[in-house]
Amino acid sequence: MSDVTTTAVGDKIRCDACPVMCYIKPGAAGACDRYANHDGELVRVDPHIVLERTVEHGGRLVPFQATGDWDGKILREPNVFVTAIGAGTTYPDYKPAPFIVSSEIDGVDMVTVVTEGIFSYCGIKVKIDTDRYLGPETATVRAQGEAIGHVTTSEYGSQMLSLGGVHHLTGGSKKEGRVTCDALMDLSNCKPVELTIDGGATVVVQAGYPPIVNGVAEERMRVGCGSATIGMFAKQWRGKVDEVVVVDDHITGVLSEHQAGKLLDIPDTGIKMKGRRSTPGRYFQVAEPGTGWGGTMISDPLSVLGPFDKKEARPGLTMLMVSTTGEHAAYYVLDEALQPIQTEMPLDLKLSVERIQENCEPALCTVLFMGGAGGSLRAGVTDNPVRLTRSVKDALTRVTSGGAPVYVWPGGGITFMVDVTQMPAGAFGYVPTPALVAPIEFTMKLSDYAALGGHMDYVRPLAALRDSTETRPMPHIPGHRA
Amino acid sequence: MKRLPQIALLPDGKRLHLQDGPIDLIVEASGGDADVRAAYDAAALRFTGLLDELCDELVELRNAADPVHCGLQGVVARRMHAAVAPFARDCFITPMAAVAGSVAEEILGAMLAAAPFDRAYVNNGGDIALHLTNGEQFTVGLVDRPDRHGVMRPMAILADSPIRGVATSGRHGRSFSLGIADAVTVLARTASQADAAATIIANAVDLPGHPAIVRVPANELQPDSDLGARPVTRDVGELSDHEIEDALELGAARARELLVAGLIEGAALRLMGEAVVVGTVGIEAPGSQVFHGATLQGMMHA
Repeated sequence: MSDVTTTAVGDKIRCDACPVMCYIKPGAAGACDRYANHDGELVRVDPHIVLERTVEHGGRLVPFQATGDWDGKILREPNVFVTAIGAGTTYPDYKPAPFIVSSEIDGVDMVTVVTEGIFSYCGIKVKIDTDRYLGPETATVRAQGEAIGHVTTSEYGSQMLSLGGVHHLTGGSKKEGRVTCDALMDLSNCKPVELTIDGGATVVVQAGYPPIVNGVAEERMRVGCGSATIGMFAKQWRGKVDEVVVVDDHITGVLSEHQAGKLLDIPDTGIKMKGRRSTPGRYFQVAEPGTGWGGTMISDPLSVLGPFDKKEARPGLTMLMVSTTGEHAAYYVLDEALQPIQTEMPLDLKLSVERIQENCEPALCTVLFMGGAGGSLRAGVTDNPVRLTRSVKDALTRVTSGGAPVYVWPGGGITFMVDVTQMPAGAFGYVPTPALVAPIEFTMKLSDYAALGGHMDYVRPLAALRDSTETRPMPHIPGHRA
Repeated sequence: MKRLPQIALLPDGKRLHLQDGPIDLIVEASGGDADVRAAYDAAALRFTGLLDELCDELVELRNAADPVHCGLQGVVARRMHAAVAPFARDCFITPMAAVAGSVAEEILGAMLAAAPFDRAYVNNGGDIALHLTNGEQFTVGLVDRPDRHGVMRPMAILADSPIRGVATSGRHGRSFSLGIADAVTVLARTASQADAAATIIANAVDLPGHPAIVRVPANELQPDSDLGARPVTRDVGELSDHEIEDALELGAARARELLVAGLIEGAALRLMGEAVVVGTVGIEAPGSQVFHGATLQGMMHA
């Protein structure tokens, strides 16, 4: 349809693809949903054909373009790859999977079995890069007031949430199941979801974007814990300031007492920290956790200090207090009464704070979908389902989800995890059970497929799909996926 | 003419796919090969140029319908007007509210003029014109959220019922809705009547003034929308079970009016996982659902 022309009217464009002649605003599509205004340019977009879903055997296939608009590096697929998105599923019938496709790659006949799995047993692991306090471990995580998961053990510089699972999907009230399913699907489709944590924060999570904690977008991950920050920057602070306190919810570091300070012969300053001393210069629990300095609740860093020791401290002593992200920092000089007075920070210390900031990586939310391919889904691939499991474990069969690589857990079954940002847009659907529908593909040599009891009668050559109306090209979302 | 509709058989070799601009039809007639071919030829012939015919009168079709007078020329345009006219006295409605069903009826009519069938249908993006005789039946799957892949609740329409049209309207479809229903499916004597009534009932499922409902003037989204500056629903936030029930009841009350007036044969209204059915003609018992929750559960790890 290269003959389609447009006339610009203000920021709107007028589509000439058909006699309806729609005016289309930027970011919107015409009446047909086939043409859209993308930054003032008329573009062809993926058809949205609802009725196809209602037609029993009218599944749609998605050839995955490894070249062209898509940055295909992650997938390294030299040829068209068929994803399972929109393939439909025959579940719970024991019928062959909707599409079993063969293509020749490097002279080896490859078979890709694509299907969409219905996952009642599925969930999401969310990693939120922030030191801010999101809530206590095991606290309930809610969406729209319904329990959809819990806070699990935190990891270095990140808070972890475990969401979904069969208990929330089908074990609770109808509304709990529906809200859980919606939240899982939106998170899997890289949409933002607001989560509230009992006894904790409200956080907006969107895969590939910074978390928004209590309305404030997180910018950076901490460079390390307070103690590690002291270790990293001790040399740069020597001679420029007498004392440095790195405020951290986990381990607050104190330069003069820390092993790193001792090695550099930094003299004692008479500082007195609140909290529980772990080892020299390392303090636990200097304050309650929160969304203030270094993941604590404090807004005035001096509140973590007791009075300076009169025997060791002296008027004019200088002190830098900084958080683990460098986001908060203040400079103090002790007055005659040994009270710290906030003063303009010298330039070289400002630079050291900027250095901390520079070394903090951008904070992101990452969302891993986790699901298990059950017996019936595997039966769609082969008449002896356990052989598929064995074939996957033996690395003869490659598992992908929407064309994206997955991690298959060792042990029984085919339980996999996939980074949802690697998957094409709109890869996930749902059924009102409620359960999620996710694409899953098994790729193997044709001979291996026959050996594991594959549905050989249903294998279709890739060429037969290429020209089929069952296929549609992947929608491209500029700048969204790496 | 630089533009021709897309005309192709679907890969199953049975169904015909016709597409032109915003019109997207799936067509099927069941019968002998020669009859089917004749019918599909007739459908393609009638479809070619049909969009141009409608667009010739697009300005009038986008204006509020007069409850009595119809100045439109085209046969499809006049059918659209006839379908919305019963509602035009009470509320704002344009003939565009019945465009999908009216086109489906037109194509079905062309096919039946070419050959006799016991069973045929034209599905225009979920708005379906049916032909059923001799004990045939038609099974329709209901999708509760058209913007998502969802499994449907099937219902059977039997030849001895008066139903020959099915249409669905809601806030997730291609058209805008003034209401908040996820989907309202209407069964009526014709597809154009079903189409118009589905729009009216979906508009009635509402909680006027509720703060969780985000509404935007239609013409801010589509500059040439027939709804002009009327606020259309863009998002619905959290609603209590009670509010969901209230909104559905407003729609159900409207549906019952239309049922009593003989404008529809039945309707299924859905909002946030809750459903109300008005008039049960042709709608089979819930046991007919293909995907039954408990079955699915049990099969999961079979």
